[in-house]
Amino acid sequence: MTAMAEAPVAAPVAADVTFRIHRYQPEFDSEPHWEEYTVPLYPTDRVLTALEKIKGEIDGSLTFRRSCGHGICGSDAMRINGRNRLACKTLVKDLDISKPITVEPIKGLPLEKDLVVDMDPFFDAYRSVMPFLITDGHEPTRERLQSAEDRARFDDGTKCILCACCTTSCPVYWTDDQYFGPAAIVAANRFIFDSRDSGAEQRLEILNEKEGVWRCRTTFNCTDACPRGIEVTKAIQEVKRALIFRRF
Amino acid sequence: MQTHTYDVVIVGAGGAGMRAALESSKRARTAVLTKLYPTRSHTGAAQGGMCAALANVEEDNWEWHTFDTIKGGDYLVDQDAAEVMCKEAIDAVLDLEKMGLPFNRTPEGRIDQRRFGGHTRNHGEAAVRRACYAADRTGHMILQTLYQNCIKQNVEFYNEFYVLDLLLTETDEGPVTAGVVSYELATGEIHVFRAKSVIFATGGFGKVWKTTSNAHTLTGDGMGVCYRRGIPLEDMEFYQFHPTGLAGLGVLLTEGARGEGGILRNASGERFMERYAPTIKDLAPRDMVSRSMVLEVREGRGAGPNKDYVYLDLTHLPKEQIEAKLPDITEFARTYLGVDPVTELVPVFPTAHYAMGGIPTDIETRVLRDNEHVIPGLFAAGECACVSVHGANRLGTNSLLDINVFGRRAGIAAAEHAQQVGHVDLPEDAPGHTIALVEKLRSSTGGERVAALKREMQETMDLNAQVYRTEATLKQALGDVQELKRRYQSVAIQDKGVRYNTDLMEAIELGFLLDLAELVVVGALERKESRGGHAREDYPNRDDVNFMRHTMAYRHVGEDGQEAIQLDYKPVTVTRYQPMERKY
Repeated sequence: MTAMAEAPVAAPVAADVTFRIHRYQPEFDSEPHWEEYTVPLYPTDRVLTALEKIKGEIDGSLTFRRSCGHGICGSDAMRINGRNRLACKTLVKDLDISKPITVEPIKGLPLEKDLVVDMDPFFDAYRSVMPFLITDGHEPTRERLQSAEDRARFDDGTKCILCACCTTSCPVYWTDDQYFGPAAIVAANRFIFDSRDSGAEQRLEILNEKEGVWRCRTTFNCTDACPRGIEVTKAIQEVKRALIFRRF
Repeated sequence: MQTHTYDVVIVGAGGAGMRAALESSKRARTAVLTKLYPTRSHTGAAQGGMCAALANVEEDNWEWHTFDTIKGGDYLVDQDAAEVMCKEAIDAVLDLEKMGLPFNRTPEGRIDQRRFGGHTRNHGEAAVRRACYAADRTGHMILQTLYQNCIKQNVEFYNEFYVLDLLLTETDEGPVTAGVVSYELATGEIHVFRAKSVIFATGGFGKVWKTTSNAHTLTGDGMGVCYRRGIPLEDMEFYQFHPTGLAGLGVLLTEGARGEGGILRNASGERFMERYAPTIKDLAPRDMVSRSMVLEVREGRGAGPNKDYVYLDLTHLPKEQIEAKLPDITEFARTYLGVDPVTELVPVFPTAHYAMGGIPTDIETRVLRDNEHVIPGLFAAGECACVSVHGANRLGTNSLLDINVFGRRAGIAAAEHAQQVGHVDLPEDAPGHTIALVEKLRSSTGGERVAALKREMQETMDLNAQVYRTEATLKQALGDVQELKRRYQSVAIQDKGVRYNTDLMEAIELGFLLDLAELVVVGALERKESRGGHAREDYPNRDDVNFMRHTMAYRHVGEDGQEAIQLDYKPVTVTRYQPMERKY
């Protein structure tokens, strides 16, 4: 066990932090605009805490999605200082508070209100890659056997929380709304490389289309944006390789 | 306003709702309504595992699991229900594996299992490896797998549809289910869903407290809707405080961390659980561990600058084990506290976690309107329901089990009911109540703010109705909550639009939370004993003579229009285990 002596701890100090937030109220605003709000925050506070404070104490009409508050549900993906992140996983101490912190909706999906976008196109792409186990033959009475190595092969993709940080950071996705986008390809990868699955050929055919995996330009934005640390670009490359060599 | 007609309507798209949908949609025309998107549900935050006596790594059987569940629930568990759950647990796990869930594996390729609090070999001899798991994101994998199978099966979802009312039609035989009323968040439109069967699977209400592992959206809506329609709520005073929330934040760190060998220590480094539970120590049930932690802090053995938390110690575990089996909680500690569990002690303290009580059901998940009668066509499953398989304290992993076993049962029962009956006529002015609720808030000019009332409620509940309670603290909480309910009458919202009006939604949620907070406190005041998650300092012992019974809380509206909570009681079903002293 490590030493347990308490280092003297200075009481944390709240500082005023200014946020520059994208506002758009479809019933009242002709176009989006920016508004600034200043709230006192501790270094360990999350950006989500700030948004809750602004909504609760300054302007109740500020609209954003959130649920779990600790990076598991994927509701609060937004563009914070130009980078896609989860508001509940972005701490004030990791931002430069000498300037206003900009908060915008994720890009590439239709804007609904303030920080809320229409998620349906994102989920439609996910659904279209057959993101479920496909098996043939008789169902065993007990569990299917799978070695720890085979299980580890597709572990990375199972971490995905469908927050859309990766897909909406992709420059190809911004300009081509037919492209499946990184998250859908990660979901396909997760099943293609699952030793229990026999639907790889079908999924690869879907991703072999013009708007499929070949649209990826390997910019690595998706990998940088993933709040779950998934190697998204690598997952896409694996699917490309599987298409070329038909080995998976 | 729009009207839709289905055979079965499921309210909530977490684990229980989607598991129900997989059964129901095979048999009957089914719609799933969720105020979120399905994958945002809080099932996804569950970490450690799902217990089933697979006996993949050591000897085990479902009877031991049943006994542990009943003893863990401090003998308030309905024993027939626990038996059903633990028996069906094995198929529930195997079903998930067949659906594609990526469980961790043993060297033989079978589903791996690990230890968890209160789960023992042969009636308490030693901890047993019973929890099937996928790293420390078992709930996430269950939620994803169920959603993926709903896609495969073309289940029909209505996303961001917030259900605000249950429609019951009076008949000669009593009330019968007619449907639900929902508010569409995107448009502000009201939708009436006619249905022969309705399943509530809306989860818990942890947001009654300030320090909680629960999502912002866990506001007890389903329980609140049922309660306002005259359905009693059962055992609401029994709420679980999970021992290991990140100190000051409440973010959950799985009990699986202790299952993997983690140890709780006080400021001087002592493994204090040895004093409270000599046999299974850190793997004692959650209520006991939480009380022990609070006592350590109260008696001056807490750690940190304010001596107000204890430590979870994983530093003796190999780095590879921590990173392979507990990756998410390791990241939570690093992200939110800047503490690395591989080399440092993690500050932890109890966090409001799980409602043992809820909408009363029988083992077929049919909702009871009193001790004897069910409401035809109405079902409930998961945390919002009280079967009761958890009694006074739920064992770790049994919630993921509950949603799968009883979610499945609800889906089958609801569809079979729908196949046997026709739609009843809607009650008169079906959407009226919902329209009035929404319009009142939208047009209110009062001076109260949602956020301020919520904060005050959470503060008094944290202070007065948490791990330990006394008559004095509960009376304080009751007075505070009732005053907040009065002030809530003049709550106003600022967003006057109809599209995505989350300001309005949060105001409605707060109304449900206040109702539920009052129910918790009133039930706790009247239960003059200590049992499971309900610890009264002024009545420190369990009292089986007077209180081995379920609380049933009814909403009573007097002739003057004043509403009050009326308490009644329901016997506990005992099959083979007589109550005994709970030692670990």
